[in-house]
Amino acid sequence: MDDKTISRRSLIAGAAAAAGGAIVATLPLDAQQAGKTAAPVPPVVPGDPSKVPGSATPEVGSRSPFFNPKRSPAGDITGSSRTPLQDLTGTITPSDLHFTRIHAGIPAIDPDKHTLLIHGLVDRPLELSVAELKRFPSVTRTYFIECSGNGGTAYRRPTPDMTPQVIDGLLSNSEWTGVMLSTLYGEVGVKSGAKWFLAEGGDACLMARSIPVSKGRDDAMIVWAQNGEPLRPEQGYPIRLLLPGYEGNTCVKWLRRLKFGTEPFMTRWETAKYSDPLRGGKIRMFSLELDAKSTITYPTAPVKLPGPGYYPISGLAWTGRGRVSRVDVSVDGGKTWSNAEMQTTLGIKAAVRFEYMWKWDGNESLLMSRVVDETGYVQPTRAEFEKARGPGTEYHYNYIRTWRVARDGTVTFEGNL
Amino acid sequence: MNARLALVALMTLTAAACKLDSRLDYLGDKNPKRFGFGRTPSDSMIARENIDVLADGTGLPAGQGTPAQGAAVFAGACASCHGANGEGKPPAYPRLIGGPRGVYNFGDDPKLTKTIGNYWPYATTLYDYIRRAMPLTAPGSLSADQTYAVSAFLLNREGLLPDSATLDAKRLAAIRMPALSHYVQDDRRGSLGGKEVR
Repeated sequence: MDDKTISRRSLIAGAAAAAGGAIVATLPLDAQQAGKTAAPVPPVVPGDPSKVPGSATPEVGSRSPFFNPKRSPAGDITGSSRTPLQDLTGTITPSDLHFTRIHAGIPAIDPDKHTLLIHGLVDRPLELSVAELKRFPSVTRTYFIECSGNGGTAYRRPTPDMTPQVIDGLLSNSEWTGVMLSTLYGEVGVKSGAKWFLAEGGDACLMARSIPVSKGRDDAMIVWAQNGEPLRPEQGYPIRLLLPGYEGNTCVKWLRRLKFGTEPFMTRWETAKYSDPLRGGKIRMFSLELDAKSTITYPTAPVKLPGPGYYPISGLAWTGRGRVSRVDVSVDGGKTWSNAEMQTTLGIKAAVRFEYMWKWDGNESLLMSRVVDETGYVQPTRAEFEKARGPGTEYHYNYIRTWRVARDGTVTFEGNL
Repeated sequence: MNARLALVALMTLTAAACKLDSRLDYLGDKNPKRFGFGRTPSDSMIARENIDVLADGTGLPAGQGTPAQGAAVFAGACASCHGANGEGKPPAYPRLIGGPRGVYNFGDDPKLTKTIGNYWPYATTLYDYIRRAMPLTAPGSLSADQTYAVSAFLLNREGLLPDSATLDAKRLAAIRMPALSHYVQDDRRGSLGGKEVR
C-alpha cells in the first residue's frame, strides 16, 4: 500500500515533542507497529481443566486467551490496518479483523439521523433513512473486498520477514446483507442517459468515486450488515456500497449520496490516486475489476517447520471476474505445478481456500501458488507482471508470491521472485 | 413419434411448465415496481449536498482568488503538513508541487515524483478535493475564495497559471493539465477477463 499514512499525533508532534509519548509518533510506521506488539501474558490454566469447574458464560464471548490475532493499525486520521491472514482459517474474515483503509478517520454516525440521497439523472430524486432502506427486499451474499494498494509495499520494498498480513492483509472476505442497487434503480427511475454515478461517503473527506451505472444493474449492493450483525463503524456503519470484484476503495463506506450523470466525475481518488501508471508514459484509470490473485497463508514467515514430513500448504484465492477455476501449487519455484484441493465451494467474487498436502524432504524449497479463473486468466509471475506494467506501476499487485523454506525449516518471503 | 404421443408429450410439458410457473408465483416475485419508501428531497437539500465539480467545471461555485492570496492561505492552513513550499513531509504527507515537468514515464521509474502539475489530469479536481477533504483537521473550513486562491497558488507553482492571474470557475475549467493526454480508461478486457496480463 503506497498511500501514505498520517498519524494524528504527528500533527501535534512539534508541540508535544517534550512529552515522551510523542517520540513514537515520529518514528517510521514499521517501528510504531513493533512498539505495539507487546508479548502477550501467558494465560493461567489449571493443571487438569477437567477436575475444576469452569467459568460462567459472558454476555459477549471473546477469543481464547491462547489466540491473539491482531490487525496492524498504522496512522490515525489516514492509514490502514491489515488482516492477520496467517492466523485465520476458512474464508470468512472475523468482522473485528476485517482490514481497513481510512482517509479521514472513522466517523461517528447516528443511524437515526443518517440518510441516503439519490439524485441527478433519475426520474424521482429520493431521500431514504436507514430504516427505510432496510424495508426493501434484501439479499445476503459472500464477497471479498481487496484494497487496490494491497501488495504495494511487498512490490517496492520486499523483506524476508514479511508475513502474509504485511504483504496481502488488505484482503478480507465477508457475508454481506443489503439491498440490490438495481432495486433502488427501479425506485428512482434511472434515466437511460445515465452512464456513471458518484458514490459519496459521509466521512471527513467526503470520499467519492465514480461507478459505471451498469454495475448497479449487475451485482452492486448497498449493505448494512456483515457476518450477521450491523456493519462495524470502521466498515461503514450504518451503510456502505458493496461492489463485488471491484477495487476496495469503490465500496464507499458511510454512504450518503448517489448522483447519476453522463460522465465520470473525476474525483481525486480515481485520478491522482488509484490510477495505474504503466510503461511508456501511460496511466490507466478506472481499472475497477480486480484480476485473479492467490496468496499462501501457511507455511509463511515467521513459521519454522520442525522437520521433514507432511505440511498443508494453505492459502486464499479470489478473482474480481467471477469464479476461481483452480489453484496450482509449486514447491520448486515454479518449475513444476500441482493442483491444490479446494476446501470450500467456489463462490462468485468470493475468496476460496485452497490446500495442498506437501511432503517436505528437508531440502530448500520455493513455495508458490497460482490461481486460474473462469475467464482463463492465469495469475502472472512477478517478472511477467513487471514486464507488462513496469517497475513504477502502482495498485493491483496481483502477481505470484514466493516463500523460501530453508533446510533448517525457516520460512522467509522471497519478494523478488 | 406419432401424433398421439406428441400430444401427450406436449400436455406433460405444459403441465410441468404450469407447475413451474405456479412455483415461481409461490416464491415471489410479487415485488411491485416501486415500494414508495422515502421522500422527495427538497430543492434546497439537493443544492446543499450537490457539491461535486465535474471536469468541465460544472458545479464550480462563484468566487475567485490569486496565487498571492493563495500563498497566504497555504501558509496558514496547509504548510504545517505539506511544507512551506508544498514539498510535503514524505512519507506521511505527499509532495504537492515541484515534481519533474514534461516527464510521464511513472510506470517505468518508481522514483519519479508525482505532483499536481505532472500527474493530475484535471485542474477542477483540485477544487473538488480541497472542498471535500482539506485541511485534514478542519475540512470544509475554507471559503470559496480561499479555495480558489489556494488552487491558484498550487497551479501557479506548477507553471500552469501566471502570477497575475485571478482564478475563478471559468479560468479553472479552462486549464489543460499536461498529464491528461497520458490517461486511458481501463484497457484490459473488462469482465471478459482472459489470459492477457496487462
